[in-house]
Amino acid sequence: MSSPAIEILGLTKDYPVGFWRKRMRRSLDNLTLQVEEGEVFGFLGPNGAGKTTTLKLLMGLIFPTSGTARVFGRSIDDVAMRRDIGYLPEQPYFYDYLTARELLDYYARFSGLGAADRRARVEKNLERVGLAAVGKVQLRKFSKGMLQRVGIAQAILHDPKVLFLDEPMSGLDPVGRREVRDIILDLKRQGRTVFFSTHILSDAEMLCDRVAVLHSGKLQGMGAPNEIVSIELLGMEILFEAAAGRHLPAALLERATQTGARYRIEVPEADLYATLDQLKSSAARILSVTPVRPTLEDYFFRLVKGGPAPSYAVEVGAR
Amino acid sequence: MSLRAKNRPLWTALVAIPFLFVAIATLQQRIDAETRPPDNQKEELLLPSGALLKKLSMGYDSLFADLYWTRTIQYYGERVGTRHANFDLLYPLLDVTTTLDPNMIAAYRFGAIFLSEPLPLGAGRTDLAVELVKRGIKENSDDWALYSDLGFLYYWRLKDYPNAAKAYLDGSKTSEGPGWMKLMAARVAEKGGSAETARMIWTELYQTTKDPNVRKWAATQLDGLAALEDESHLNVLSEQYRKLFGRYPASTKDLRDARLLAGIPVDPAGYPYAIGEDGKAHLAPESPVQEPKF
Amino acid sequence: MTTSSAMPAVVAINTFREAVRDRVLYNLIFFAFLMIGAAILVGQISIGIERLVIINLGLSAISLFGLVMAIFIGVGLVSKEIEKRTLYSLLAKPIRRWEFIAGKYAGLLLTLVVNTAVMTVGVILALCYIGRPYMPYDKEVLIAVYFILLSLALVTAIALFFSCFSSPMLSTLFTLGIYITGVFAEDIRGFGKITKNPAIEGLTKVVYYLVPNFHNFNAIATASHGQLIPLSLIWQNTLYAILYVAVVLLAASAVFSRRNLK
Repeated sequence: MSSPAIEILGLTKDYPVGFWRKRMRRSLDNLTLQVEEGEVFGFLGPNGAGKTTTLKLLMGLIFPTSGTARVFGRSIDDVAMRRDIGYLPEQPYFYDYLTARELLDYYARFSGLGAADRRARVEKNLERVGLAAVGKVQLRKFSKGMLQRVGIAQAILHDPKVLFLDEPMSGLDPVGRREVRDIILDLKRQGRTVFFSTHILSDAEMLCDRVAVLHSGKLQGMGAPNEIVSIELLGMEILFEAAAGRHLPAALLERATQTGARYRIEVPEADLYATLDQLKSSAARILSVTPVRPTLEDYFFRLVKGGPAPSYAVEVGAR
Repeated sequence: MSLRAKNRPLWTALVAIPFLFVAIATLQQRIDAETRPPDNQKEELLLPSGALLKKLSMGYDSLFADLYWTRTIQYYGERVGTRHANFDLLYPLLDVTTTLDPNMIAAYRFGAIFLSEPLPLGAGRTDLAVELVKRGIKENSDDWALYSDLGFLYYWRLKDYPNAAKAYLDGSKTSEGPGWMKLMAARVAEKGGSAETARMIWTELYQTTKDPNVRKWAATQLDGLAALEDESHLNVLSEQYRKLFGRYPASTKDLRDARLLAGIPVDPAGYPYAIGEDGKAHLAPESPVQEPKF
Repeated sequence: MTTSSAMPAVVAINTFREAVRDRVLYNLIFFAFLMIGAAILVGQISIGIERLVIINLGLSAISLFGLVMAIFIGVGLVSKEIEKRTLYSLLAKPIRRWEFIAGKYAGLLLTLVVNTAVMTVGVILALCYIGRPYMPYDKEVLIAVYFILLSLALVTAIALFFSCFSSPMLSTLFTLGIYITGVFAEDIRGFGKITKNPAIEGLTKVVYYLVPNFHNFNAIATASHGQLIPLSLIWQNTLYAILYVAVVLLAASAVFSRRNLK
């Protein structure tokens, strides 16, 4: 029985707060979870939930108050273990006096790769993150999105078995995000394990084998997206337009939301055909009829209900 | 807290650092021994001139003056009493100190005594002492003690009675000049080199100085003077003895047995006086008392 | 396979590269002008002391420039990386924290060595310009420069130590404070002796042995006067520097190894 890729046991982190640093604030409370090899695991939670704290603990940037963690059976204290992992920090920043190529080469040296091997990998990964054209440019000239790509490149360059990505999509435009998604799927195809934190739920839904939801430092729920989200039908959504010169029934209009010429209404499944008839008699133009099912977002909101108001990027049309 | 157990750098540091410091201290002592023998020329020899240092000290003059004063005392303290001591740097050190702080009276006074004092207790350079004190007077014209020191130098070291008298007179005219200085001026002019005058000067010095080195030195001189007086008294008794017994006494014991003395007299260090074949009293050979020379 | 001894070297070379790209070495140009000016000026002064002046000025400038560089770059070595968060991705690599410290130290030291070497060449050129034949005691100048490097190695270590936990401004103050105390360590002890107070004497003695004694390394005056520096002093100073740097780097590694990176 081989060890899981990532094993977190009772990981806890307290920070001293207050003027005299006497009181303790618990930013991570007894986190326990396991990630199997080859899984893409999403670590979700609102801002301040403790996601970044968890990742920093795993990387040995901060030290736990109690608890342990292991990667393929090796403790996170073990520096040699880090050969097999790659890390992308949140809002990465790199030595701005180096060029992209030089930075990747520099980091590659820590993995003990030979010169020729390094050269090849640097080029390949620059290509992969779409920065081949700016390899010679100093990082001080890079935009946030470009730095994010460099960050991804340095994390995957040495073909690590496990990737730890902190908000890999942040700062990227939709094209960039699609590329990152493809990279993650590619890594999965190669059999690597990916552990990433995000607050963009639609990405998680699409990419992850399993997710965990963190809130106020505590693990609130964990499981595969399609398991934890019930498949019950919540209702039906109808998109329609009014015909020129024709009025729509007032009762319907009350319950509908309007955007420009378009209307949207949600009705229980049982009322579907009655509503469609009403619209037909007003000669409204039906644009679409879609079943409404609970999403990860609903599951999520349920879990974190009562906590600080989270900020979410809600994707339009990403379902 | 199982993760803490692996904190090797911390434990290595805690264990190794004390040992390393012991090694460092030992090494430092070795370095000091190498570079510090009294006749080894070190950086001090390459003392910058006072004027240059004043420019470089950027307003921290008095601090540096204190520094050099400390070094002067140390320099003297390390060397005095050693067999091959020389005090070549004493004047330069005092020069730098007083250039940086022209009002450091203690430095002038120290120089007056120990620059003029012959080896092995001083540099034996009365000329430099006079120069130093004169400079001190120029910068501190109302300080009577400096005139007193100048007077001492002229009187005792140089036997220059007219200048000595003038120094004491000038000193008596300062705002706090004590009355005795006028007396001294007159006395010196009149009597020149006499034991009494010398005693006055040294007693005054002994009572007014705050410098423990100078005090000790004045006490030594006074002891020597006392010995001289004792000896001249004993010489008189010795002549009396000869008139009575036709020969000089062999020792003070004879004088006591002849009831010319009540007991056996001892010098200020506690050693009994001896009497020579010529009937003249002198100090016991082992006595540390030094007789001043007129 | 990168062995553990190679990790610091990787960091060191990058640190050196940073210094070069930061245009830190431009101070050499200023130094060059200084030496040229001095050499020309010295020609106007009376014969006999040109050597004295050039060596005094040159070595003092080397020492001063080196000191400034050691402190100002040194105090930022670690704190800047923490502040700019460049350290995050680096420490997630298979590099131990003490290896990182060693590498930063070596990198700055390398920069200082290069800087000092170039400046020394400048001093030598100035000496050649004033046209003197080579004297056997001229090699004392090189020894004096070596001593300066030893003292810079010490200052760098101290600045690096403070950089591990303190802001650049505080670190500068602390490092300068220790440096000045170290320069006057002898006098502090001498002062203690004079007071003849056993408590103060004991205290100043402890300070004397704890603080790095920079006066050991001051051979500028000796070199400029053409006096010989004893061989024993050379190895003693070297050993002293090695031991003391070891103490400071050990302490720095210990402190840094437990630091939580915000």
